[in-house]
Amino acid sequence: MNAPCAAAPRRLVAAGLGLLLVAATACSASSDAGSDSGSSSSSDSLELTVLAASSLTEAFGELAKTYQSDHSDVQVELTFNSSSTLAEQVVAGAPADVLATADEATMQGVVDEGLTAAAPEVFARNRLTLVTPADNPADVASIDDIERGDVTYAVCVPDAPCGAASRTLLDLVGVRAEPVTEEDNVRDVLTKVTTGEVDAGLVYASDAQAAGSDVTVIDVPESDQALNADVIAALTDAAEPDAAASWLELVLSKEGQQVLGSYGFLPAG
Amino acid sequence: MARPDGSTRTSATGALPWQLLLPSLAALALLLLPVVGLLVRAPWSTLPQRLGDPAVFEALRLSLLTASAATGCCLLLGTPLAWLLARTDIPGRKALRALVLVPLVLPPVVGGVALLTAFGRRGVAGRWLDEAFGLSLPFTTVGVVVAQTFVALPFLVLAVEGALRSADPRYDDVAATFGASRWQTFVRVTLPLAMPGVASGAVLAWARALGEFGATITFAGSYPGTTRTMPLAVYTALNSDFDAAILLSLVLLVVSVGVLALLRERWTPGVSA
Repeated sequence: MNAPCAAAPRRLVAAGLGLLLVAATACSASSDAGSDSGSSSSSDSLELTVLAASSLTEAFGELAKTYQSDHSDVQVELTFNSSSTLAEQVVAGAPADVLATADEATMQGVVDEGLTAAAPEVFARNRLTLVTPADNPADVASIDDIERGDVTYAVCVPDAPCGAASRTLLDLVGVRAEPVTEEDNVRDVLTKVTTGEVDAGLVYASDAQAAGSDVTVIDVPESDQALNADVIAALTDAAEPDAAASWLELVLSKEGQQVLGSYGFLPAG
Repeated sequence: MARPDGSTRTSATGALPWQLLLPSLAALALLLLPVVGLLVRAPWSTLPQRLGDPAVFEALRLSLLTASAATGCCLLLGTPLAWLLARTDIPGRKALRALVLVPLVLPPVVGGVALLTAFGRRGVAGRWLDEAFGLSLPFTTVGVVVAQTFVALPFLVLAVEGALRSADPRYDDVAATFGASRWQTFVRVTLPLAMPGVASGAVLAWARALGEFGATITFAGSYPGTTRTMPLAVYTALNSDFDAAILLSLVLLVVSVGVLALLRERWTPGVSA
């Protein structure tokens, strides 16, 4: 009875010390890595950090490949999340070179903090569409059907760009049925649809295209009146301002616009 | 040696060893500085009108309701399971015990995905629930309780199992020789003896359920009044209104610390000792 009780604390201490050691080595390893990339970035390859709305995942992924084939010395690091989350992170001091948001209002918060190097530019527009799981279990034929009592649907939270546009669209169409969930970004809405947990969801046309055969797309003509503008800006605190400028150039170029168009985005103009 | 009176050693004298003091202070700084940060950054000037926002009350009400319901579920399901693990010799007991602890190490988001594959509309059990009874757990308050129970259950099972193991099983034997059935022995002898463990397990489970985020948002979604508990409200607010997020965090902090302090004094002196 007595022996195991006495041994237990000793074992705990050993485990604790082990953890400390792991933590210590992990800390030194990461600081080494930090100084390494800091010293070598100017000669070997530099890192361009691009924060982008989650709806841009595929399009920017392809643009990054194009960019890197032209700039072999640059490593493009893409981070996708809700525009408002990314904007909040930039304001909080997250190190990044470029920010692309899914609407102008979200970008404005970053502009107001004086964190954009130049005025943001519209590089694409995105249009909402209704998607259902591939087999369309609730037989949704038009957006009016989500008013039916047995149809569940998901949207973005009203504070996210896709949520704001969805609110506008639902008001335009005159749908008053409440969604069963408000997701924090548009890709989470898409996931709820592709996993079949909801009967329908409002996402961008580009997301619907990215989901391919996992969803059935139902066009909503009124969404032409609820377009969101995707805007991009280089950031004041960019570590790689030149690379940031050439990324913007690519996105706004004819080639960039073609790539965006192929992923379901509408042209900026 | 055993110290039945529960007194602590007082024989050691002299200066506090720095080897223990420094890490302790670092630990305290790590634990307390974030709270200080919340207090410093809190929107004190607009606090009264922000607290009056019905959304705050709604999320808090939902959080307290679901966390308490989840704790109830943990007690009802977890106490018998802990007994099974501690006091019986069923085959595969050790493997079972390890499996019960899986939610402890699983990232909660993964837990949410796992719950979807089990109880989602197209999940292994969820499909059947939907077809047979028209029951669907995702996007419902019951779904939130299920997610919270999933993550909190191991805490209760561990605490109760530990209490059952340290309680002397000979009391059970004595009850049996007096003719008590196994069920009677459990209710009248085993459970009362394990009560401190049950109580501290319940407190731990409640705290874990109250803070639950990942499994809830993945499995139950996020909608005001039905599934958006305080942690989800904090996350959503972070995307739009940092001050609101801090305020919600503070409210959650004050309420949870308050409830835990109250519980410790009234019900579980064993936990605070």
